[in-house]
Amino acid sequence: MATMSFTYYPGCSQSGSAEEFGDSTLAVCEALGIELLELPDWSCCGASSGHMTNDLLSVSLPGRDLAAARALGRDMLVVCAACYSRMKVSQRRILEDEELAGKVEDAVGADPRFTGRIRHLLDVLVNDVGLAEIKPRVVRSLGGLKAVPYYGCLLVRPPEVCCCDSVENPTDLDRFLAALGAEVRPWSFKTDCCGGSLSLSRTDVVERLVNRLFERAEEAGANCIVTACPMCTANLEMRQKPSKFGFSIPHPIPVLYFTEMLGLAMGLPDAEEWFKAHIIDPHPLLKELV
Amino acid sequence: MINNISPQLDKELERRTGQKVRDCYQCRKCSAGCPVAFAMDLLPHEVMKLVQYGLQERLLGCSTVWLCASCETCSTRCPNDIDVAGVMDGLRQMALEKGAAVGQPEIVLFHDSFLRGIKLLGRTNETVLMGQYKPLSGRLLDDMGLAAVMMLKGKIKLLPRMVKDRKAVRRIFDAAGKSGG
Ligand code: SF4
Ligand code: SF4
Repeated sequence: MATMSFTYYPGCSQSGSAEEFGDSTLAVCEALGIELLELPDWSCCGASSGHMTNDLLSVSLPGRDLAAARALGRDMLVVCAACYSRMKVSQRRILEDEELAGKVEDAVGADPRFTGRIRHLLDVLVNDVGLAEIKPRVVRSLGGLKAVPYYGCLLVRPPEVCCCDSVENPTDLDRFLAALGAEVRPWSFKTDCCGGSLSLSRTDVVERLVNRLFERAEEAGANCIVTACPMCTANLEMRQKPSKFGFSIPHPIPVLYFTEMLGLAMGLPDAEEWFKAHIIDPHPLLKELV
Repeated sequence: MINNISPQLDKELERRTGQKVRDCYQCRKCSAGCPVAFAMDLLPHEVMKLVQYGLQERLLGCSTVWLCASCETCSTRCPNDIDVAGVMDGLRQMALEKGAAVGQPEIVLFHDSFLRGIKLLGRTNETVLMGQYKPLSGRLLDDMGLAAVMMLKGKIKLLPRMVKDRKAVRRIFDAAGKSGG
């Protein structure tokens, strides 16, 4: 495999509530010889709150990171589906609208016209590294895992900026999981929204969306849900049954990151640490694997 | 009622978002696939219709624009290539700029808290976000059980990581005309 090198934009969740996503990303990239150089002094992309309330802000916050990436020249790698979307949408708008680019440049104090590619790790693994290259590295097959791939929104929509092979029925994550030996269960909720941006403010709405996803995953015969987004994972793990003082999990189906699945299949030693961070404990399921 | 019609609304949204709402022919595909439709006071296709009618006041005060989760399903499916989610963004931004009495003040408060956190640290930290949002929303005690579980799983970082050049981040907020609250 040719060596690959990226400027890495970690995103806030990956050093906060989704540290296991960040750690497993670094571990699998290292194991595959993908060099990641963290973007120096990167800042938050602004997420949904940015584009929902202030247009210039929503492009300028990623604009600061794009300017830093421009100075380095390499392509940029992102793992959070939400950061990925904000980076790509902003890049496109900056490169297509010179008036906007000028405003962003004034706000940021540097040239934000980054022309390198912005890639999601799943896309790189499936399309650049290739599943044929990954398969021989599987030392521990994930047979026994019945997984439903959950793409959510921002990895697939809008299709003009996203990387998946289809907008209504993407299969990238399906094929990736199958290559690791997991049984991929078909379901039609792969790209349905979990309501992440309303998680704290309208928990009642989110509870309904999240429970429906778990019910459909159960119906599909899944024993785990695999994601590529820290917002989806947090929302699914935390919002089955909101209540003031207690905390209960009516559907104890683990929600895991695609990077964790790869690390587990490759027999990476840190995998155990990542799984400890999950709110829906995956250990009972993982024990069955052996 | 007639006094409240804003014939320029469609044009103003086009200026802001590049979207031509007048192209909407009310096929309702956007509403049919909207995951949050069950909670909305106006369905997405109704929002489009009211834009065509120029009923600005009703739109800037509705709940729908704030409940929209920006999932982009509608934008992907619209047969007239209207970025409906982009129109929702445009309406939200207009509502804030014009100081409208918004339909979902708690959601606005959440966004405001989220952005304040970024303005302060340059990055998002869940603990800081809760600290900003919870007391203001009057939901200080909600999610106590969840918070305990998150603490146990090491998901709550008490020492937030921040950007070194926080001045640069503040400058972006100032330039965008957003004080963060
Ligand atoms: S899908 Fe497009 S054309 Fe159809 S009602 Fe919605 S906005 Fe109008
Ligand atoms: S973007 Fe908003 S309006 Fe469109 S389908 Fe999603 S939630 Fe509904």
